[in-house]
Amino acid sequence: MKRTSVKNFSVEYIGKHKVAYFFKSVWSLANRDLKKWYLAPVLLIISLIQPVVWLGLFGKAFNLAGIFTNSSFNIPGLNIPKSVLDTIGNTFLLNSFGTTSYFSFLAVGMLAFIVLFTAMFSGMSVVWDRRFGFLDKLLTTPVSRGSIVLGKIINSVVRALVQALVVLIIAIVLGMSVANFTLVGVLDTFGALFLLAFGMSSLFVALGLRSTDWQSQMAVANLLSLPLLFMSNAFFPVSAMPSWLSAIANVNPISFTIEIGRSALLGITPAVPFMYDFLYLGLFAAILGAISIVLSWKLLKG
Amino acid sequence: MIILLLSKDINCINDKGEYKIWADYTRLAGYVLHCRFMEVIRVNKLTKIFGGKTKAVNGVSFSVNEGEIFGFLGPNGAGKTTTIKMITTLISPTSGDARIFGKSIVRNQAEIRSIIGVVPQEFTADEDLTGYDNMLLLADLYNIPRSVSKNRIAELMQLVELGAAAKRKVKTYSGGMRRRLELAIGLVNHPKVLFLDEPTLGLDVQTRSAVWTYIKKLKKDYKMTLFMTTHYLDEADSLCDRIAIIDHGKIIKIDTPERLKESVGGDIITLTIDNEKADITAMIKKVKNVKNVKKNGREYRIKAKSADTLAPILISLVNRKGYKVTKLSLTKPTLDEVYLEYTGRSLREEQGSGEDLMNSRRTMRLSRS
Repeated sequence: MKRTSVKNFSVEYIGKHKVAYFFKSVWSLANRDLKKWYLAPVLLIISLIQPVVWLGLFGKAFNLAGIFTNSSFNIPGLNIPKSVLDTIGNTFLLNSFGTTSYFSFLAVGMLAFIVLFTAMFSGMSVVWDRRFGFLDKLLTTPVSRGSIVLGKIINSVVRALVQALVVLIIAIVLGMSVANFTLVGVLDTFGALFLLAFGMSSLFVALGLRSTDWQSQMAVANLLSLPLLFMSNAFFPVSAMPSWLSAIANVNPISFTIEIGRSALLGITPAVPFMYDFLYLGLFAAILGAISIVLSWKLLKG
Repeated sequence: MIILLLSKDINCINDKGEYKIWADYTRLAGYVLHCRFMEVIRVNKLTKIFGGKTKAVNGVSFSVNEGEIFGFLGPNGAGKTTTIKMITTLISPTSGDARIFGKSIVRNQAEIRSIIGVVPQEFTADEDLTGYDNMLLLADLYNIPRSVSKNRIAELMQLVELGAAAKRKVKTYSGGMRRRLELAIGLVNHPKVLFLDEPTLGLDVQTRSAVWTYIKKLKKDYKMTLFMTTHYLDEADSLCDRIAIIDHGKIIKIDTPERLKESVGGDIITLTIDNEKADITAMIKKVKNVKNVKKNGREYRIKAKSADTLAPILISLVNRKGYKVTKLSLTKPTLDEVYLEYTGRSLREEQGSGEDLMNSRRTMRLSRS
């Protein structure tokens, strides 16, 4: 073997193409996590069970439209025709939910739900990597700490969007109203979901950066995610909430995402033009992404 | 002259690592060159303090030369892993510095990471991926073009005899296979220096000697410099060119295994002759390398240096005097005694810190599965 100078192999490879190397390393890391997922369809199916159960059981059992319109309810003494009662019921629904189909209303909320829960697991996978020593190995390679974090985020975003797509298809099969669907509407919805997934994954990855045991990570994730979901318009319109709750719901990025989705898919008029919603979500994703990368420089150590 | 030599010409060294002409000029120039180019790692007063008071590593200084296997020997919790983690840029030192090929672990981390290979104590490969995918991922992270990395991975998998298992998921590997995979992964960037942290921890005797064979092969085939930690004395003895004994975060002694063993008193030859009345003590004492002789009847207990070459000399000497050697035994000191001498404790009794112990137990459990 020839005596080689220090400056060869990888040093050269990296030095010349810094930007290309950055993207390559992010994708390699994201693809490593994705591989486990797309090579094991069982995992994919299991991860879909929860939103489908929520959609199917909660969405269908919570049949608000049925309560208002399908009952043989009448007030004794007054002989109100059923069509009038139905109209009153539908107006109720339209007034509070913006649509007469509560199931469709909830289905859009479920898209955000699956995104949130997928993001939650991105933090877990950082903790696992640390536990199994894989992270230590990564840290001895020249890959930048930011790439490691971005790889995790991208992995989680891809999973979240694919799962959201599957949930949307199942919702349509189960009877979601498609009267107002347009291609642009679907793209808008997934654009919003992308930003939400990016921001939320950044948040949970950042929380997992220093954690060494998965129990506490799981506890923190649960502590955050369910309240985040209920303090949003996922299940109920914000207008029906008490003021303290609606104050939180109104700044919750999940609400913004769902508002875009409901307006784009169901034609429900949003409170503000949804360009502002996008702006808000974009800022949310960018700021949390930046925070997680900056934290990784400090916290990703052996 | 020296300045001229030092200016930039590295090419005065030929393929075998010898100096072609320059060293002939002056011994001094040759020596300066030697120091400059043969030193791969230089550690200077490296210190790590955890939590403001626990001194895990306390002002450690040493250097590792090109092409040698340098061993860190000490009990669990002595600071071996902390030192290796600092040198491989995993954690930053509280004070002090280390340089690898002149690059500082504090300032030039990215450069260092691309020229070193690390085989950590734990199994780090992703269990859910195949051995091949693990290697490919790491090759990508070193930004090695696929055209190069594909061949290299095949070659390395052959080297550690995992060619047939390359497409199997790592979780199906045995402990020995996983350790070999870790070795191959550590080599994927063709490192200049390979760091091995307890490379045979928890392996059975057979697998351990197989790993030793690979390590020796690496040193020979790739002319690599190896830095390893171990708490197995036999491992340090048979693999390392030089050993640093570390205890309580401090280096107690650095030397070759042979000289370390000599330093505790050298070899012992026990010689028995057929004549009880004769006294050849004085005669034996005159022989070169003999340090001390004790007579006990027909038996002579001789403390000496390099007993292997001394024994035949003694036998012929005894024969020339007209006596016969009826029995001869030769005892060499082990590193065990060296360790006892320098730390005042036997390595076997040592217990590490709780976390260390737990980690090593986990690795052992995984290795055996």
